[in-house]
Amino acid sequence: MDRGGSAQPLLLARDLRKHFPIAGGLLGRATRVVRAVDDLSLSVEKGETLGVVGESGCGKSTVARLLMRLIKPDRGTMVLDGDPVDQPHGITVNELRRQVQMVFQDSYASLNPRLTIVETLAFAPKAHGLPSAEARARSRDLLAKVGLDPVHFADRYPHELSGGQRQRVNIARALALRPRLVILDEAVSALDKSVEAQVLNMLADLKSEFGLTYVFISHDLNVVQYLSDRVMVMYLGKIVEIGPVDAIYSDPQHPYTRALLSARPSMDPRKRTREAPIQGDPPNPIDPPSGCRFRTRCPFAEGVCAKAEPLLTDTGAQEVACHMRIKGSGHTRAP
Amino acid sequence: MAIQSPSLDLGGGAGVRATPAAQVRGYWQQVGRRLRRDPVTLVCAVVLLLIVASALAAPWLGLADPYKTSMIRRLYPVGSPNHLLGTDELGRDMLSRLIHGGRLSLFMGVTPVVCALLIGGLLGITAGFMGGRVNMLIMRIMDVFYAFPSVLLAISLSGAMGAGAENTLLSLTLVFIPPICRVSESVTTQVRGFDFVEAARASGAGTLAIVRVHVLGNVLGPILVYATSLISVAIILAAGLSFLGLGVKPPEPEWGLMLNTLRQAIYVNPLLAALPGVMIFLTSICFNLMSDGLRAAMDVKA
Amino acid sequence: MLLYALRRLIYLIPVAFGVSLLVFALVHLAPGDPISAIVPSDAPKELVDKLKEYYGFDKPLPVQYGRWLLVTLSGDFGTSIGTGRPVLQEVGSAFGNTIILAIGACLVAFSLAIVLGTAAAYAKSRIVDRLVTSIALVGVSVPHFWLAIVLVIVFSVELGWLPPMGLGPENATGWRLDWPHIKHMILPTIALSVIPLGVMTRTVRSTVKEILSMEFVTALHAKGMNDRQILLHVLKNAAPTCLAVMGLQAGNLIGGSILIETVFAWPGTGFLLNNAIFRRDLPILQGTTLVLAFFFMMLNLTVDVIQTFVDPRIKRG
Repeated sequence: MDRGGSAQPLLLARDLRKHFPIAGGLLGRATRVVRAVDDLSLSVEKGETLGVVGESGCGKSTVARLLMRLIKPDRGTMVLDGDPVDQPHGITVNELRRQVQMVFQDSYASLNPRLTIVETLAFAPKAHGLPSAEARARSRDLLAKVGLDPVHFADRYPHELSGGQRQRVNIARALALRPRLVILDEAVSALDKSVEAQVLNMLADLKSEFGLTYVFISHDLNVVQYLSDRVMVMYLGKIVEIGPVDAIYSDPQHPYTRALLSARPSMDPRKRTREAPIQGDPPNPIDPPSGCRFRTRCPFAEGVCAKAEPLLTDTGAQEVACHMRIKGSGHTRAP
Repeated sequence: MAIQSPSLDLGGGAGVRATPAAQVRGYWQQVGRRLRRDPVTLVCAVVLLLIVASALAAPWLGLADPYKTSMIRRLYPVGSPNHLLGTDELGRDMLSRLIHGGRLSLFMGVTPVVCALLIGGLLGITAGFMGGRVNMLIMRIMDVFYAFPSVLLAISLSGAMGAGAENTLLSLTLVFIPPICRVSESVTTQVRGFDFVEAARASGAGTLAIVRVHVLGNVLGPILVYATSLISVAIILAAGLSFLGLGVKPPEPEWGLMLNTLRQAIYVNPLLAALPGVMIFLTSICFNLMSDGLRAAMDVKA
Repeated sequence: MLLYALRRLIYLIPVAFGVSLLVFALVHLAPGDPISAIVPSDAPKELVDKLKEYYGFDKPLPVQYGRWLLVTLSGDFGTSIGTGRPVLQEVGSAFGNTIILAIGACLVAFSLAIVLGTAAAYAKSRIVDRLVTSIALVGVSVPHFWLAIVLVIVFSVELGWLPPMGLGPENATGWRLDWPHIKHMILPTIALSVIPLGVMTRTVRSTVKEILSMEFVTALHAKGMNDRQILLHVLKNAAPTCLAVMGLQAGNLIGGSILIETVFAWPGTGFLLNNAIFRRDLPILQGTTLVLAFFFMMLNLTVDVIQTFVDPRIKRG
């Protein structure tokens, strides 16, 4: 199934935009929009784990749904291993979904309460044409792979499982179609810490066993650091910093990234948090600030930040969207 | 006449440790088990079964001819020899007319609801699942019917079309389609927004497969509960229409019609005049209690 | 909020058109030739011609509808076949009588329902709860027109305490707030109130129960609030849902009073409708249906708008 070799990115997204209209006004027409994702471009390399972090409302979940085409983007293109998606000469959305799958956050709500586990797992393969007996056999194999004994768990109902077990089922479901890319949208956020550790390790094992690529979305910075090869930091629908995990975590360059990382409580009693790292309230994606969207909470904001939007610029180890790192931007701290 | 919407409860709850394989229970099996254990529901089911069975078997129960009039034996009181429940204003045996009346009254109550369930349910589920323009079109049309109180709509339609059983069936079906459609749409929209439906879409399955496997199973329950709660309303409404002379035509035995024709007897033999209403009341209560029991049984929390 | 009301009003316009279309179609639903449906076969030719011209039966249907709509919007709802009086006038006076009955029934039903429902939700003893639930069940299940007949049997025929029918004593015109008129009102009001009583009792009970189980009530207890103050809070939270259902019930009462009015010969819109159906007085049938439907729509709109005021959780506009 590999088409372009290891140099070609598995998934390429360019200038994705998604605005959600809010009904208002006399006739209920959309007068305002939520600018969830704005002209976002990213690439996912084969075999990597791309971590995506950001606060609530920054658009991470929307990006996930756009990548799976559960939502149609207003603008932008996607290319899967060299094939354009939803274009005349490329692959259809359905074909995209055979290769890209998703694990949702709410482990209970993601499972149909009326179906047994094996029925849930067999649904997708059957829908794609696999005969029923084969689909069920494959489902049982998958259950074993995620650490659930098929003899015990195949004929159970979701309400009879614990949160961790359900999330394993969700992961098994995502693997049922033998995808190449798995998007994990806050997949471990709702689990107890001990269970979370087990599931994370299982995800790492599965990745190497099946040769998967992951996009791992989370607000938990520690988990992202543990699992990811590269990390992408989002703010209000835009990428503010992206690069290898070590570079980002040891030398964060965007003020937002630095604030996020310093907000983590440390286990070292000598390192105490003395002040709130980020000022101001999380802004409204309906009316994002002009120019650099982070400027209203940035301690280094200057006039140029309101006038022009900083583009992602290569600064060596990573890429940053900040006027302080862009040569000749007009910012006092610019190189 | 009140027509209310139920709330949707799919039976969520915190997961428990997986139990040993012997206790696996599916949703509908659980509902059935709870229903069997509820004494009130059981009693009502038995009573209803009796009424329905006697109505269905009426021609073979050895009763008197419900149409045979007799000018001499008019308005005999309850407990007369040969006429256990007396005779009506035209001398016909009351017991026989009450049991035969059950056939028509039950038929006029249940059939419109079943038809409205099929039509309204289909429309509502379609509107709920497809959303957008289709949804708007269907629901706006329903809004027009919703602008009328149900009794008024039934009476105006029947009044315009004229009396008769077929017209009554038609007008009652039309009256019940909008509420069932509205409930179906609301429930379907709710279910469509659930994560597991989104997950099903994400797996690339076709719309029909998604609806069949994931949506229908979760939607039919609440719709069914709502529809059963409408049966008692339908029976009373059908009887009411016949009472006004807009429904079943004489000499057919039907409880509502009998209430009308026996009105003249309230000064002579009041107990007789009230009897048909007792049947309506009894049937209506049983259906309501069963509907409540069904709703309680479906309120399964793991 | 005003914006929301305005928006809802605008949304009503297509629905209102649909309603008028339906009412207009009623005439054509009637079996046979529309003219013969309106006019008895031995009617004088001038009346037949006037009606033909008035209804425009020779013109295509959309034109007929348009003309009928324009005429109706200008306030002319036609003339009653039976009495020869303008429809609007007949409906107007009948409507007043129905409202009197409806107000009485609502007062009785809603006040009782609030008391019973709240008591049942608070009750620690299962007997009280069972009792109230049974009363509500009876209210919802009983055929109210049959109850009306039973009431007449008991209180008029057997006991002779209350009159069996009519608005007021013989030779009385219109309605006045005096004892004889109230005596005539008692039985119909009781019969009319059973269904709203049943529905509202259930609604109040389940709403209050749900609120009582919410955490904020426990928090109020913990803060040391006494029971009476907590009750006030609970009722305030229960108000939006209950008001909405009350509005629906009131509307159903007004639109559905025909059965009770028939039993008691109470000269309201229901009674008018009944007579109109049997006399094939289609102008009255159309006019009454139209007025009642619009009243119901406006009532629902008002209830919705009031709900937005009362329930701060609903964000509109």
